[in-house]
Amino acid sequence: MKMAETTGDLVPSRCVGDTAVIYASDYLNKLSGERIERECQQQLESGRRSLVINFRDTELVNSIGVSILLGVIDAAEKNGAQLVFSNVNNHTVELFEMLGLTRHVGLAKDEQEALGIITGLSATPTT
Amino acid sequence: MSFETQKLIHTFAALADLGQEIAEKSDFQEMVRSSFHLLLGSLAIRRGALAEYEPTDGLLRFIANRGFGDELPAQLTLSEQEAGRLVGSFSRAASVNERRANFPVEDKELLDQLGVELSIPLVMRGDLIGLVVLGGKANGEAFSDEDRELLDSMARHIGVGIKTHRLMEELEHKAEENRRLYDGLREIYKDTVRAFAAAIDIKDKYTQGHSERVGRYSEIIARELGWSEDRVEGIAIAGYLHDIGKLIVERDIINAPYRINAKESKELNQHPAAGFEILEPIHHPYADIPLMARHHHERIDGRGYPDGLKGDEISLGARIVTLADSFDAMTTDRPYRKRRTLEEVVVDLRANTGKQFAPEVVCALCRAILKEVKGETSERRFTKMLGKGYIDPERVAPLIAELISELESEPSAVAGGPAR
Repeated sequence: MKMAETTGDLVPSRCVGDTAVIYASDYLNKLSGERIERECQQQLESGRRSLVINFRDTELVNSIGVSILLGVIDAAEKNGAQLVFSNVNNHTVELFEMLGLTRHVGLAKDEQEALGIITGLSATPTT
Repeated sequence: MSFETQKLIHTFAALADLGQEIAEKSDFQEMVRSSFHLLLGSLAIRRGALAEYEPTDGLLRFIANRGFGDELPAQLTLSEQEAGRLVGSFSRAASVNERRANFPVEDKELLDQLGVELSIPLVMRGDLIGLVVLGGKANGEAFSDEDRELLDSMARHIGVGIKTHRLMEELEHKAEENRRLYDGLREIYKDTVRAFAAAIDIKDKYTQGHSERVGRYSEIIARELGWSEDRVEGIAIAGYLHDIGKLIVERDIINAPYRINAKESKELNQHPAAGFEILEPIHHPYADIPLMARHHHERIDGRGYPDGLKGDEISLGARIVTLADSFDAMTTDRPYRKRRTLEEVVVDLRANTGKQFAPEVVCALCRAILKEVKGETSERRFTKMLGKGYIDPERVAPLIAELISELESEPSAVAGGPAR
């Protein structure tokens, strides 16, 4: 699998095959959320149809972060792209479940599982 | 953590963040965007838009839009009655169906098509400020009463933010209007002062332009002394008006083509006090203009008139106008004598520093002349007033430099008395 490291406007990201993996920061608020949204939008505009957002460093997501993630989900749906969230901590998983985000996006315990979901190796995303 | 606790924490955090966004953000667009994100994110509402109501043209202009895309028009038109009904009937979150009577039929259909489930008018003290329209929640559940309470509360906060912004805009607009008015009045004041200066100088056929030149020299000296622009403007005005008292002196005395006698001199010497009397009742936008006119013939050594002040009893402004006045007198032709060369003027300045003139003021004038002589400034202010060919840089520069050095190293050696 060919990997290309890139950074877009301070948002660490990399390409794994046809999938863009984007790394969220420790606190997903407006500033960092909009960077992620911009990065996702750029990936979608460049023709990428599978995205993984890796939350390995994210401890907290506030309401603005939730709204921005809903925007990313919307953009992915409109572009017919697959979107998976990986490495989400338990607290945030509960928040996403409570608010219903998990009805629209797959959750994976780690990046490998997320890439598996994308490529169809794994049929059952874990939550 | 229970589901309910988690929900409460998320809700409270959203409310707290909203308060902070509205209180802290000075950028209106940024405040609207962030606040609207918070409102949507509090309940994970997938689509929503926020419109600002403009009562003058009855338009609801959308200023934030998440998820509705281009299908949402830029604005909706509301009649006065429809706006009134929005304020009166449901000032809390309600479905479009519940609010059927509040929208024109075509707008209601459009909102239905867009999937708008709730609308919340933003109302402040009975005035419609704007409208929030919301799609469904990401979890697919209908909005509960608690959800509506929360959205009402957040919408009220956003309404306050928008209203405050409008008030600030109005205030800024009024402040700007007042500033323009004030600037206009200042210009009228300056034009009036220039007209007075011209009137003073017309009376004296030998010294035409004297008042204006004294104003300009005063301005140059004050700027060299590091005065603020406002104070520099003020001293220029004082320069323009310093001889206004001459309006009451007989024209024959002013224009006498000989050295005037003691009696005539006594009458002429009344002009500083007369100038003060004329200027004192006027509310000038700058400080001490009447006093600078009164004291422009005072001397550092106390031998001046009309009050015989000495040293720092004379304000710095008056000391500046005094030197500017004398410098112009020395560098212009008079009916009974030709003007002196600049070298002779420098010698005179040196001889009278500490007697007639304040050392720091002489020093400032000399510094300004030297900068021009040495080409350190692109402005040719002295050349313009003194005429081309009057300044001989090679001869005058060493003299001025020497005087500056002397004044800067030991002002009291030249000064006949303290000037500060």
